[in-house]
Amino acid sequence: MSAAVTSPASAPVRRRRRPHGPGSARGRAAASGWLFLAPMLVILGLFLVVPVLMALWVSMSDWTGRGSPLSSDVSFVGMENYRSLLLGGGLATQDFGTAMRNNAYYVLLVVPLQTALALFLATMVNRRALRGRGFFRTAFYFPSVTSSVAITVLWLFLFSASGTINAILARLSISGPNWFNDPRGVLHLLLGAVGVDTAPESLAQHGFLGIPLWEWLAGPSVAMSALILLAIFTTSGTFMLLFLAALQAISSEVEEAAVMDGATAWQRFRRVTLPMLRPTVFTVVTLGLIGTWQVFDQIYTGTQGGPAKTTITPAYLSYSAAFQNNQWGRGAAIAFVLFAIIVLLTVLQRLVLRERDTVPRRKRFYRTPPAPPAALAGTVTAAGAPGAGTTTGTASATEGDDR
Amino acid sequence: MSATTALPAPSRPGAPVPRARRSNRRVVATSFTYAVLAVLAVLYVYPFLIQVATSFKTDAEAAQNAVSLIPQTWSTAAYERLFLRSDFPLWFRNSVIVTVVVTLGRVFINSLAGYALARLRFRGRGLVFAGLVAVMAVPNVVLLIPKFLVIKQVGIYNSFAGLIVPLLADAAGIFIMKNFFESIPPSVEEAARLDGAGTFRVFWSVVLPMARPAVVTLVILSFQGSWNELSHFIVASQDPDLVTLTKGVAQLASGQLSQGTQYPLKLAAAAIMTIPVAVLFFVFQKRIMNQSAGAVKE
Repeated sequence: MSAAVTSPASAPVRRRRRPHGPGSARGRAAASGWLFLAPMLVILGLFLVVPVLMALWVSMSDWTGRGSPLSSDVSFVGMENYRSLLLGGGLATQDFGTAMRNNAYYVLLVVPLQTALALFLATMVNRRALRGRGFFRTAFYFPSVTSSVAITVLWLFLFSASGTINAILARLSISGPNWFNDPRGVLHLLLGAVGVDTAPESLAQHGFLGIPLWEWLAGPSVAMSALILLAIFTTSGTFMLLFLAALQAISSEVEEAAVMDGATAWQRFRRVTLPMLRPTVFTVVTLGLIGTWQVFDQIYTGTQGGPAKTTITPAYLSYSAAFQNNQWGRGAAIAFVLFAIIVLLTVLQRLVLRERDTVPRRKRFYRTPPAPPAALAGTVTAAGAPGAGTTTGTASATEGDDR
Repeated sequence: MSATTALPAPSRPGAPVPRARRSNRRVVATSFTYAVLAVLAVLYVYPFLIQVATSFKTDAEAAQNAVSLIPQTWSTAAYERLFLRSDFPLWFRNSVIVTVVVTLGRVFINSLAGYALARLRFRGRGLVFAGLVAVMAVPNVVLLIPKFLVIKQVGIYNSFAGLIVPLLADAAGIFIMKNFFESIPPSVEEAARLDGAGTFRVFWSVVLPMARPAVVTLVILSFQGSWNELSHFIVASQDPDLVTLTKGVAQLASGQLSQGTQYPLKLAAAAIMTIPVAVLFFVFQKRIMNQSAGAVKE
């Protein structure tokens, strides 16, 4: 997580003309340049680039984990691993479908909630007049620095049958669920409460990725809900800091101008602050999407996919297929499908946000005088040509302009 | 990259609201803000307090009295068991070794690479940079199987080298160093160069000492990252002698090494594991808070 969050955008490279000596000095710079890069190139090449190529081979082979994947008794099976995963209809497909469903609900709930909570926390602790700002920021951020293993252990205790959460619920005369042992989906529970217990014919008959549509509609299981709360608890602090930094970059004059114009606090937030935070929202949602599709540590430490496979995620499935069941080809194939999903969602999300982000960020911050009254009427969005915005974090790293 | 990308302005000491503008409504709003923040703070802090409290309870009390922050009977049984009758000290030692070596190595390798990318002009630099950006986009979890394959192939499986070497360079750290080196005026180097210092000498004795803030940031990030790392350690070794804290505690939690619930034991292990990063956090609080925010903004 931390690595992703801190992925810096490259600052535009200013070309500095330094007096170059004759050719020899240039040659020396090149030699030492490569020498300086060598350790990094060896490590990243060996443990990032080569592995990906090797896994691509494994995902198209029938290697079972014995000997070298490059030896002659391993044969090429083409897209067979991918086919059995996505179209086979057997157990492999069902498990993958279940994992996709579980993770989809996880993403669907965690990303919006953590973004909203982080934004809320940031606006709350951003006030200059607030006493104890430091304490509140520390309190909200602390879960983000601790290890996911330690927090998961804590969560297992809090949400155990006789744990703290259920003890508190009991005091309110609510009998809490057996969180980490309850495989029922919360949507099914809700439907059950209104009397829909069995699947309608059409939902039971048709399916996708090997599981019936009715199962897709189960919602996150009670166990998964506890993990969803865990994710929100640990990541909201990190993203709060991103929002906080963005909020502090908004000049106070803009706020003051809006106050002068008689905008209420909500109007100021909705019409002035929020549009300016759009690039940060983009970053947070992107990082959220990348992170939530990779949930692994919590599953490994906590539930190991149980109860009844309702907390299996593709990342964990990929690990268990390869390392526990020796289905290396399948495991590698799952990893690549996951990779494709993450890339696809990031690109998609980027397109959607770019379309809506009509105010170029640079103009807003550099040239716009304190927001004109019209800003409150929403016409500020017409101020600039589209296209310049949404370059923050990983996004702008991808655009690194270097030569 | 633009105004938002500047470092956050140092927070000014809370400017008091002029008395004249204080209306009744404002007081109500302020009290509401504090109330909401207080509730939220309790929600965020209470789990850690209950963790420490429970680690001093007996197994029976942990189950019966899961809400109280004060144990009825104080018991250090969990800690005794961890330190005297388990592999916990070994795990701790392994984590310390890995974390220290990874942190030192990362700072050195990332600085070298960052300096080369920021300051040395040579053919192919753009290509390296583009490759780095591409590599950064590959999600960690996707790399688990491939990393294992290479570690095995290279022959460092089940060794400290396997735990450490793959973590020695990270693209994000290189970007941090690169950005910082770009902000140091080139004239500094020229003076040293005129005095006849070689490229490494200039880097090591002149530029790197000036980059202390970035180095500290990198130390913090590397320490935190490698101390908390789990998935890499899972795939890099099977040897019980090379189990790190995260891996050991994760196995403890899933019950592979213990019977029953034993929450005080597990929570004590998790609490001790949190201490080093917590100390780091509280010592460098300001910097951690700023850099996490600043990094994305840069």
